[in-house]
Amino acid sequence: MDNILSIVTFIPAVAAGILALFLHGDDAAAQRNAKWVALVATTVTFLVSIGIYTSFDPSNTGFQMVEEGEWLLGLKYKMGVDGISVLFVLLTTFIMPLTILASWNVTDRVKEYMIAFLLLETLMLGVFMALDLVLFYLFFEAGLIPMFLIIGIWGGKERIYASFKFFLYTFLGSVLMLVAMVAMYADAGTTDIEALMNHQFSSEGFSVLGIYIVGGMQTLMFLAFFASFAVKMPMWPVHTWLPDAHVQAPTAGSVVLAAILLKMGGYGFLRFSLPMFPVGSAVMTDLVLWMSAIAVVYTSLVALVQEDMKKLIAYSSVAHMGFVTMGIFAANQQGIDGAIFQMLSHGFISAALFLCVGVIYDRMHTRDIEAYGGLVIRMPAYALVFMLFTMANVGLPGTSGFIGEFLTLMGTFQVNTWVTAVAASGVIFSAAYALWLYRRVVFGDLIKESLKAMTDMSSRERLIFAPLIVMTILLGVYPSLVTDVIGNSTATLISNYDTALAAAEAATQTAASQ
Amino acid sequence: MIQADLTIILPEVILAVYAMAALIGAVYTTKDALAPVLVWTTAGAMALLSFWIATNGDGTNVAFNGMFVDDGFSRFAKVAILLSAAAVLVMSQDYMARRDMLRFEYPLLVALAAVGMMMMVSAGDLMSLYMGLELQSLSLYVVAALRRDSLKSTEAGLKYFVLGALSSGLLLYGASLVYGFTGTTLFSGIIQTVQHGEISVGLLFGLVFLMSGLAFKVSAVPFHMWTPDVYQGSPTPITAFFATAPKVAAMALFARLLHDAFGGVIADWQQIIVLLSVLSMLLGAVAAIGQRDIKRLMAFSSIAHMGYALIGLAAGTELGVKAMLMYLAIYVTMNIGTFAFILMMERDGKPVTDIDALRQYAKRDPGKALAVLILMFSLAGVPPMLGFFAKFGVWQAGVSAGLTGLVIVSAIASVIGAFYYLRIVFYMYFGAENEDPIETRATPVLWVALMGSAALMLVGVFYQFGIEGAAAAAAATLVN
Repeated sequence: MDNILSIVTFIPAVAAGILALFLHGDDAAAQRNAKWVALVATTVTFLVSIGIYTSFDPSNTGFQMVEEGEWLLGLKYKMGVDGISVLFVLLTTFIMPLTILASWNVTDRVKEYMIAFLLLETLMLGVFMALDLVLFYLFFEAGLIPMFLIIGIWGGKERIYASFKFFLYTFLGSVLMLVAMVAMYADAGTTDIEALMNHQFSSEGFSVLGIYIVGGMQTLMFLAFFASFAVKMPMWPVHTWLPDAHVQAPTAGSVVLAAILLKMGGYGFLRFSLPMFPVGSAVMTDLVLWMSAIAVVYTSLVALVQEDMKKLIAYSSVAHMGFVTMGIFAANQQGIDGAIFQMLSHGFISAALFLCVGVIYDRMHTRDIEAYGGLVIRMPAYALVFMLFTMANVGLPGTSGFIGEFLTLMGTFQVNTWVTAVAASGVIFSAAYALWLYRRVVFGDLIKESLKAMTDMSSRERLIFAPLIVMTILLGVYPSLVTDVIGNSTATLISNYDTALAAAEAATQTAASQ
Repeated sequence: MIQADLTIILPEVILAVYAMAALIGAVYTTKDALAPVLVWTTAGAMALLSFWIATNGDGTNVAFNGMFVDDGFSRFAKVAILLSAAAVLVMSQDYMARRDMLRFEYPLLVALAAVGMMMMVSAGDLMSLYMGLELQSLSLYVVAALRRDSLKSTEAGLKYFVLGALSSGLLLYGASLVYGFTGTTLFSGIIQTVQHGEISVGLLFGLVFLMSGLAFKVSAVPFHMWTPDVYQGSPTPITAFFATAPKVAAMALFARLLHDAFGGVIADWQQIIVLLSVLSMLLGAVAAIGQRDIKRLMAFSSIAHMGYALIGLAAGTELGVKAMLMYLAIYVTMNIGTFAFILMMERDGKPVTDIDALRQYAKRDPGKALAVLILMFSLAGVPPMLGFFAKFGVWQAGVSAGLTGLVIVSAIASVIGAFYYLRIVFYMYFGAENEDPIETRATPVLWVALMGSAALMLVGVFYQFGIEGAAAAAAATLVN
């Protein structure tokens, strides 16, 4: 299987095409068929993607399973994975069958719904595998279309506002990135990501409109990419689209958004910002670290006062992504390993938390925390699952959440003590809002009439949670499962980064001494 | 000698003779009853000619002492012009017949306009430039006012005529100045004077006036005022025609004039084009937000798109011209599909242009709604549709020519512009329920045009039918 990456990427798209062309009608049978086609396709994608994992060689730090072909405008179709991206590919293929299962109760335009999710999977996988700048952009940006429709068609009451906000926010960030990409192409004469990583972009300072820019080209390009990835992450203060999008999106949409789409920002920093603009990154490091620390504390506090469960979890996602950006820009082994670990672990935990909200939303059709209380009496199994993931979200040792937070804090501590101190307080806040949420929803007396007829989780719902529970605990007690795969690639990334910085430093000194 | 000249302009001669012969034939026989046949024969003639030009053309041939140039660049533009004109003709037949508007003059005027456009893109002299431009414009004034009993249509025709005459005046004044300061009207003569560094204030003045006249034809801001009114007032098939072939012809003529006659002084005209481009993109994006009428909206959309195409021209390089040609080809394809859909929109047999009428359209007709969705995202320049690659191409040319600021402005404009394309998608897919739904009666031709152009937006990402190579070759012959 020479082109296993393309196969994995396009299985869902082919299934979407089959649904679009051959499935007619909207009766119960057609709806059932659509769901099964989607489930089978995503499951097959996952099974095939295990082949990527088994044939992946962690000791090789370059790109593996590379495919290359000619494309238009002098661009190339080039796919490949390295230690940084391979686990994101698996995360995506792992989460998607679960989201399809979670959407089993959708009744409105089921066929279109499944097509949107299948196309979204193809585009997300493409983002993590693309090794051509424009191909990356194509996948990155095209993912907006299905997500826009998912929020807009199957969302809640304020879905139109949320879908437009989502689209225009991310689109604005992305076009600035595209301008930088065009400039990179003009400068380096290639859009090949591998080649661009070895290309030195000028870091000589110059003035634009009277403002002196330290790091020159690299800083400007860094900022353009930052505009896109920071919105996608999302980082404070450009995170405001996320709570709206999450609240309005259907459960499966929230799951994909939190578990996978947010990771594209972090992945982008690791794939582009650090390796290609080392000087620009170094110039901006302090700013990014402080933005992360503020994000952790501020959004944790905001989460405390939320009355909508999904909104609370959305803000908690922003806080957790703050740890990720912090780890990435610490630019040392613990920091980056921790950031990747945190992203993967957050993929499982936030997905599970949104699914937890989905379980009771399906029964009560409200997400107001006020409307619940005492669920443990009627739903013991649900209470157990919800508790596990609440604890994982808080970062309890033994769950994957702990490892990610600990590693990123440890990495950042070596770079900036104050930022770490501020961010560490976020850990306490997260315990506060998460435990308080849990207490209000699950504990207390079951006094509300409407809740007395609640049923515990069905076997379908248990089936969705089982793999997530396994992964959360497995990564919590055996983190080398992840760190062994990513370790060599991140080590290379860091050594290249340090070398480039040292070279730039030396060049400045020579220039100064002359 | 004259025979050799005639061989070179044979396609133009054939189309012109055909138009005049058909005109006489129709006048002396059954008149309007002949119109449906004429529509198809005219479209067929144009399609055949474009095929002929695309396959038989070779090298650069100059006729009439340099007044007419037949080269790769003009052939590329001619093929695009003829094909889009033919497509619009066959698309409009049913629409016009059912509204009793199908006069026999219509296909023939379009054919004559096409002859004018072919002359424009082949012009090698200010006089042949003006002849082609006027032949095109006069035909267009008449078709704009084709609905004589409609207030809006006659108003559109008159507005177009008055403002068009003004712009022709500007152009002629510029041409006379250029002639006065260079002593020749031949592009090849002008460029010699220009390249010797003798660009006097008078010549510069002439250049600016020439450019103003042409900016009017491509409806670049601030010479765009006629566009929304004419687009809205004209019958929809005519609007579709305005939005496609004449835009290609005018942009190609613009490129020809600037590169063939003023190729040595890029610095003198680059800033004007940059200004036109910036204003067009921004105004096109902002002004369309408030529009409820889809034809008016498409008018602002075309203004914005011309702004993007002008980036390619502003670059002043071979890459830039190539990107511009690609942009135009893709733009025309998208517009044909979009207008095919607008032609379908009706309620009780009356055309509807209000975008509110599209509410929840996707529920009633998912197939066509999906095609429109693809076209709208493509017009907005969202990947993976072909519209994205059009924008990518001109940005690439812009950045490599050092116009990064312009490219950043256009990136911001494209985000603002995305809003109104998205709104159409929003109405179709998640607007409130519609009390009074529209029908979209698709004749086979319209259906093929809509679905075909939507499919091309996706297929084009994988296979471009050699357009890219042709555009590159065309650009190479113009800029050397």
